[in-house]
Amino acid sequence: MNDAAPAAGRGGPGRPGQLRRSLVPYAYLAPALALYGAFMLVPLGRATQYSLMEWDGIGSPKFVGLDNFVDIVRDERLREAFRHALVLIFFYAILPVALGLVLAALLTRSRVRGLGFFRTVIFLPQVIAMVVVAVTWRQIYAPDGALNNVLRLVGLDRLTRTWLGDYTLTLPAVGLIGTWVSTGLATVLLMAGMSKVPRDLYEAARLDGAGAVREFFAITLPAVRGETVVALTLTIIAALKTFDLVYVTTSGGPGTSTTVPSYEVYRLAFEVGDIGGAAAMGIALTIVVFVITALVNRIGGGRVGEAR
Amino acid sequence: MTRRTRTHATAGGLGGAVLLVLATVTAGASTAGASSAGSTPPGGGVVTDISGVGDVTLTVWDQEVRGGQNEQMEQLNTAFSQKYPNVTIERNSQSFDDLETTLRLAITDTDAPDVVQANNGRNMMGQFVATGLLRPLDDYAVAYGWNDRYSPTVLQYSTYSEDATIFGEGNLYGLPQVGEVVGVFYSKSKLAELGLEVPANWPAFDEALAAAAEAGETPLLLGNIEQWPALHVFGPVQGSYVDPTQITTLGLGNPGASWTTSDNVEAAAAVQAWADAGYFNEGVNGTEYDAAWQALTAGDGVFLIGGSWLAADLSDAMGDDVGFFLPATDAGPLASTGGTGLPFTVTSAADNPDVAAAYIDFITNDEAMQVLADTGNLPVNRTAEIAPESGVLADVFTVFADVTENGSLLPYLDYATPTFADTIGQALQELLDGRTTPEEFLERLEADYSEFVASNE
Repeated sequence: MNDAAPAAGRGGPGRPGQLRRSLVPYAYLAPALALYGAFMLVPLGRATQYSLMEWDGIGSPKFVGLDNFVDIVRDERLREAFRHALVLIFFYAILPVALGLVLAALLTRSRVRGLGFFRTVIFLPQVIAMVVVAVTWRQIYAPDGALNNVLRLVGLDRLTRTWLGDYTLTLPAVGLIGTWVSTGLATVLLMAGMSKVPRDLYEAARLDGAGAVREFFAITLPAVRGETVVALTLTIIAALKTFDLVYVTTSGGPGTSTTVPSYEVYRLAFEVGDIGGAAAMGIALTIVVFVITALVNRIGGGRVGEAR
Repeated sequence: MTRRTRTHATAGGLGGAVLLVLATVTAGASTAGASSAGSTPPGGGVVTDISGVGDVTLTVWDQEVRGGQNEQMEQLNTAFSQKYPNVTIERNSQSFDDLETTLRLAITDTDAPDVVQANNGRNMMGQFVATGLLRPLDDYAVAYGWNDRYSPTVLQYSTYSEDATIFGEGNLYGLPQVGEVVGVFYSKSKLAELGLEVPANWPAFDEALAAAAEAGETPLLLGNIEQWPALHVFGPVQGSYVDPTQITTLGLGNPGASWTTSDNVEAAAAVQAWADAGYFNEGVNGTEYDAAWQALTAGDGVFLIGGSWLAADLSDAMGDDVGFFLPATDAGPLASTGGTGLPFTVTSAADNPDVAAAYIDFITNDEAMQVLADTGNLPVNRTAEIAPESGVLADVFTVFADVTENGSLLPYLDYATPTFADTIGQALQELLDGRTTPEEFLERLEADYSEFVASNE
């Protein structure tokens, strides 16, 4: 993220003879920066501008100050979307990282044959396009879908549900799809971290009489703190900006029980025609993402960049 | 949103990206044809013979991309070019979803297309009218006799007041090619097994549902995960309890009606009663739209309330076993949710409105209706006359003709306000789930409707 800083610092001010050379790094950066500016910063600026206006996308925009943001706080539906995003963080980030830690520890410690195969299988959901994942799971969750059929097969008829049409269960059901997707990423990241831990540390621990569980908490977990923070950051961002999964599986339903901020952005912009409100929602989401990820990095120790 | 046939599998997120690209692409098109020969003289006289206007290019944006839709468009465009060799048609065809998201930018561009297919609802056509982006076509309607060609119950869906606060009255802004109507599909063999006749009216339909349930069948199929399918169930039921003019006022979001009336309560209660009695397949709110009609083809149900657009797929799968009907209302005539395909409109930026109007006239005239029928579409005019001999399409043509000529084609209820699709979609899910009473259901609708009406005053 802030890779640019050390590179720029090398030229160093106060040595006028090297001024020209100090510009060279910027020249290297320029193409990427121009692209980044044109496709990230300019749209962000425009979105901020729109977020302060009342505009239907056709007529002339009217400046309304922070009204659109006030609406987000006032509108129960939009607040609810943010609450759902927080619930999804549990399913997209916390659960996968917890599972990932266990899986990674098992896979690195035990000398399984065909480790590469298992790693691939666990990582596979990450590779599949989200829309495909969503369509597949929609069929699994269908009233006559695989999940209910399996339940009936083993005699658990009473547990069968309309998984995507139930007011309390649909959000967790959608969240679990996210868990399925994110676990692979978390596991592979953590496995990379664990493979760096020197073997003799474990030997030393074992000589001191530590069991597998103790080893995990005393050695493995602290060693992969950096990777854990990276995994959490990536998956939390994925949780907060979920769109495709909700759009394809439930359209935010039943009722409003699974709407998320990105879905509301889409709805406001393309269905309701409230470009200002949609932009405000987008900006608010960006801020929330920044704050939460900053918080995670703060708690996890600020040296994430190096841990990578 | 007329075209409810769209699938939700399209990644809507792509819309934004496509938007930018298309806006730049079209900027290059449609620059020819600036000749002033056909521009409307101040007196209001319009030119209907466009063979003398010189070489012009007509840019048309449509969404007729599916099989038969695309075929009719190509045939008609070719025929038009043969009749008027001086006109070059530049066609830009996109799916419904893409058009919905790109049209806004395209039409505000300085080089806007001449003819566009715009969704009837307030979100699209209404906003275009309010901002003066569409040209009223009343002078052409007189010149070409469109008011005789079309039934008023059809034309109201492309009519707005000049400031677009009133939908359904005022100036005419476009003409549709095809019609849509919601009715009941059924399996003929199932009905025969149950020893039932095709129900003639709604009480008979209720009895048929009860008999089917008694026999252990799933009486009524519905896939409502997408939220909008239940509107098509509520629509015809409401049509049997509530006065059509009331429904039209409510559905078009015009002032002067109310959702919280006793007859609306009866309609909502009737739908909820079906859910309570277990007439629907299990878990309607978690079942996909497509899965529901596919269940009918698999013999897993007896009736399916749905739109005429399903006829082609159902008849492919079921052949002669599928039928289509609409129970009569208590008052007698038929009334059901329906509408038109997206109307073709002329933009204010059109270089040559005469050519644009001539094109619209050409693709909606009597011969065009025949082409539409031949390519498997449901033509909006002459429907009964050119109906196929047999099959479910014959039923559909008959019902549509009967509704437009003798009954009432009720608006899609989500036309009413910009947020109404969500409001009623969610409210219906709750109604079916038994989480709200009919009264609470209607209060939610009333709140949205009255807020919108108040904001328009």
